[in-house]
Amino acid sequence: MKKTLAILLATSSLLATTAAAQSLDLEKEDLTLGFIKLTDMAPLAVAYELRYFEDEGLFVTLEAQANWKVLLDGVISGELDGAHMLAGQPLAATIGYGTEAHIITPFSMGLNGNAITVSNEIWDEMKPNVPLMEDGRPQHPISASALAPVVENHLDRGEPFNMGMVFPVSNHNYEIRYWLAAGGLEPGFYSEQDISGQIGADVLLSVTPPPQMPSTMEAGTIFGYAVGEPWNQQAVFKGIGVPVITDYDMWKNNPEKVFGITAEFAEDYPNTTIALTKALIRATIWLDENDNANREEAVQMLARPEYVGADAEVIANSMTGFFEFEKGDVRPAPDFNVFFRYNATYPFYSDAIWYLTQMRRWGQIAETMSDEWYFETAADVYRPDIYLEAARLLVGEGLANEADFPWDSDGFKAATPAEDIIDAIPYDGRAPNAYIDSLPIGLKSGQTVIDGEIQG
Amino acid sequence: MTAIDPTILDAEARRARRFVRINKADAWFCVFGLSWLTPILRAAAGDNPRAQAGEVWRLLGVPILSIAVFVTMWATLAPTVQTSLGAVPGPVQVWEQVGELRQDSIREGEREAAFYERQDARNADAIANGNTNAVRDRIYTGKPTYYDQIWTSIKTVFFGFLIASIIAIPLGIAAGLSVTANAALNPLIQIFKPVSPLAWLPIVTMIVSAVYTTNDGWFEKSFLVSAITVTLCSLWPTLINTALGVSSIDKDLVSVSRVLKMNTYTKITKLVLPSALPLIFTGLRLSLGVGWMVLIAAEMLAQNPGLGKFVWDEFQNGSSQSLARIMVAVFTIGIIGFLLDRVMYALQSMFTFSNSR
Repeated sequence: MKKTLAILLATSSLLATTAAAQSLDLEKEDLTLGFIKLTDMAPLAVAYELRYFEDEGLFVTLEAQANWKVLLDGVISGELDGAHMLAGQPLAATIGYGTEAHIITPFSMGLNGNAITVSNEIWDEMKPNVPLMEDGRPQHPISASALAPVVENHLDRGEPFNMGMVFPVSNHNYEIRYWLAAGGLEPGFYSEQDISGQIGADVLLSVTPPPQMPSTMEAGTIFGYAVGEPWNQQAVFKGIGVPVITDYDMWKNNPEKVFGITAEFAEDYPNTTIALTKALIRATIWLDENDNANREEAVQMLARPEYVGADAEVIANSMTGFFEFEKGDVRPAPDFNVFFRYNATYPFYSDAIWYLTQMRRWGQIAETMSDEWYFETAADVYRPDIYLEAARLLVGEGLANEADFPWDSDGFKAATPAEDIIDAIPYDGRAPNAYIDSLPIGLKSGQTVIDGEIQG
Repeated sequence: MTAIDPTILDAEARRARRFVRINKADAWFCVFGLSWLTPILRAAAGDNPRAQAGEVWRLLGVPILSIAVFVTMWATLAPTVQTSLGAVPGPVQVWEQVGELRQDSIREGEREAAFYERQDARNADAIANGNTNAVRDRIYTGKPTYYDQIWTSIKTVFFGFLIASIIAIPLGIAAGLSVTANAALNPLIQIFKPVSPLAWLPIVTMIVSAVYTTNDGWFEKSFLVSAITVTLCSLWPTLINTALGVSSIDKDLVSVSRVLKMNTYTKITKLVLPSALPLIFTGLRLSLGVGWMVLIAAEMLAQNPGLGKFVWDEFQNGSSQSLARIMVAVFTIGIIGFLLDRVMYALQSMFTFSNSR
């Protein structure tokens, strides 16, 4: 009995290997990929668990990293072959902000997936400023203008108002800054001398690794934070905080994490890079197919201790299309985590340019740059050519639909209309400088921060 | 006819022999922490049961009772402390996690077997197609199980401890024999001994990354970082005790060595080492204990594989089982620390004949 089972297993896996055509001659087959404990690392877990990596002839070890800095250093030093990254990381590394290294991305890992949470005490102070719906629940999206009087009270009492984000060039840093600024609060500037990002700030933002956010807030070090899932829902389950806004409510279908590798890796191992991209695209297709039908299974994978490890019910909330604000206030959020639909995985230049405009807005890019500089930097880091080659192979093998990919895109998404963004300021990646100048708070063309003052 | 029955005499002799054997075994029972076996064996061999019962009570009953009191207090008090992850787990929940971790490793073992089966099938396929270049034997890429983590930690601590001993014993002998060497080493010992592993770690990490640049050497970088941190923190007790042991050799023996005109090497091997051995072993025992404590801290901070990483990962996971799993790790760390100490104690008993343990 056991023997026949083994033979059956062997033949079925034989069939599986022959079914996935291994057309590529791989230069490197054993890879170590890094990730941070967040639900948006799902494509990596799925590609491993469903053996999409093995189908491509890749043998991957997935390693959780302590924080974003360690992860970036791992990729630069070659200890990691690639990693789940903040979109700002490859861009900042390539332009030399922080550690300098040429990192590229052939693959975006999804849309949305973050939220901003405040502690229970802050929420109690904030809640009277929030308009209510007919059923008595708060009306979403909640503007940071509801937080402004709370911050003012703190500052009047001489207490600094601290909040957390995950990394200086993280999506979360730009998102919480966007939200605060849209509500009239100053999140502070960076300058070449002062990289704390707190010049002229009403709200002091500091770095905390994602999984430590809830415990740091519980300890009272920060009053709130911007982070990816499941660390906002975790605060609700632990009864220590209330998410006030999701990033979807700030900017519908905003670009999120990317998959980052060094430029040398892509150059030395071109076929391996394509094979990796193929496996990841398959994983994202699986995550979104049939109206998120596989999400429950994905939640079970992510709940395992070697991946995210939080309780399945906490992870399930955002992954299966719901989001819980105050305890019991569960609202549908079908697009909270988008992995494949809306061309989520295509590395659009316009996504890169948005991150660059935010770096410029807050002074991480010290000087005004030409529009061409934005286009060239984006093209240096985002590599749709690799993505499309992987997609073409998948379509050829019958593993993906031709209609699902933007074959003729010039890399720019249609401009985001005003109604999709919380402060109603439209974004068009083709005109970065004009966009920067249209934002009321932040550096404008010609301005720099010198000695803690905005000049120009 | 004499009144003494030879069979009784024989029985007496056998009884005496049994007691001698029991007393001999007692020394080993002490080493392994099983000293309560002796009175039981004595009673079985026919000694006064009442006196032995008192011994058994002291050696076995009291410890068991104290553990029982501890577990009861834990079980009653734990549920009253509410954390944001739910109540603090009691003994039952922690025991459940022991089972869960076992199940985990069994599942992982099955996945591993399936991985190798797929690999064999692929290789067989490649050979059948005449494509022998494609035949590969790779190591399973899955996550390490709890048992793997324990094993990694034990390997690391012994490696670090070994380096520490290789450095500390010769230095200690030098410091013990020569006043000048002692004066040179003393300030360094005083300054570096109190440094916490968490302060060494960043330095060690940077230096290892800079110096050990090969990616396919003998060791993993993370292994070296943990092991060297262990070395830096654990070499002091051995160093100090060795110096002390060497410097307190009987003056008469030193005079004898002068009369016999022994050279330094003979003096050290024939005279210094044997008489300093008890204190050297005491130092080694302390060092291994310190090393084990330091290792867990280093693994936690640096995310290096091992039990420390397991604890940190579970803390980060923040699931409802995390606290119980961390407690399993705490008990594992404690029990392994105890066993390590016993191993050193056994070694010490084997190599030294002195009573000063």
